[in-house]
Amino acid sequence: MIDYLLAIARSQTGAWSWLLHRITGVGVLIFLLAHIVDTALIGLGPDAYEHALNLYRMPIFKIGEIALVFAVVYHSVNGIRVILVDFWEGGTKHHRQLFWGSVIATAVIFVPTAAIMGSRLF
Amino acid sequence: MITTAYGTRARPTNNFEVYSWFFMRVSGVVLLLMVFGHLAIMHVINSVDTINYWWVAERMATPFWRTYDWIILVLALLHGMNGMRVIVDDYVHTRGWRTWCMAVLWVVGFIFLSLGSLVLFTFTPVPRPV
Repeated sequence: MIDYLLAIARSQTGAWSWLLHRITGVGVLIFLLAHIVDTALIGLGPDAYEHALNLYRMPIFKIGEIALVFAVVYHSVNGIRVILVDFWEGGTKHHRQLFWGSVIATAVIFVPTAAIMGSRLF
Repeated sequence: MITTAYGTRARPTNNFEVYSWFFMRVSGVVLLLMVFGHLAIMHVINSVDTINYWWVAERMATPFWRTYDWIILVLALLHGMNGMRVIVDDYVHTRGWRTWCMAVLWVVGFIFLSLGSLVLFTFTPVPRPV
């Protein structure tokens, strides 16, 4: 495991984006499963659903919500990068520019969104 | 027949991995568009502070949003579960554990798809108190 992480640390951009794609993917899936359960509570009536919502209204969950948005944005933008590398003929040649482009696009989408969401923390 | 630097072999008859690879890209693009819309409406324009039972009940009164949410449910679960399958393929090497992991993924996928679909198709709000 340590060797594996060291290999990624020494590697180029591709391995980093691959590792982060995997971590954010698993993270979003775990939230999706939780989200299916909390939404299912609406079938039990207003009290059960409000109970779930009150949990999400706690500051720790609001921070988690911002992390979730980061995971979705990064996973989406990096997914587009992967598709371009797979299907666009210049994709492999310009892989470095595509990587930095994906970093910038993630920041441009995530930072203002996080600012709006963060303003509701207090 | 396929000829490679390593010799000649029969063309694989099972195209599952090709379909899986293609599905991840197609569902990924559809999910990107639909989930960004979902996040904008539910997490940016509105939030957990403004959303409540009655708000969701009103939203679910439109077949459009039920369909929209169901498409996200199906695609996101399949995309996520297939991603987990690839991860299991990468890290779990013993036959017994792999079988066990795959069984868990199928059962979890089936249960959550059923639960999510059940709610989206059967939810009828209680009458609003006046």
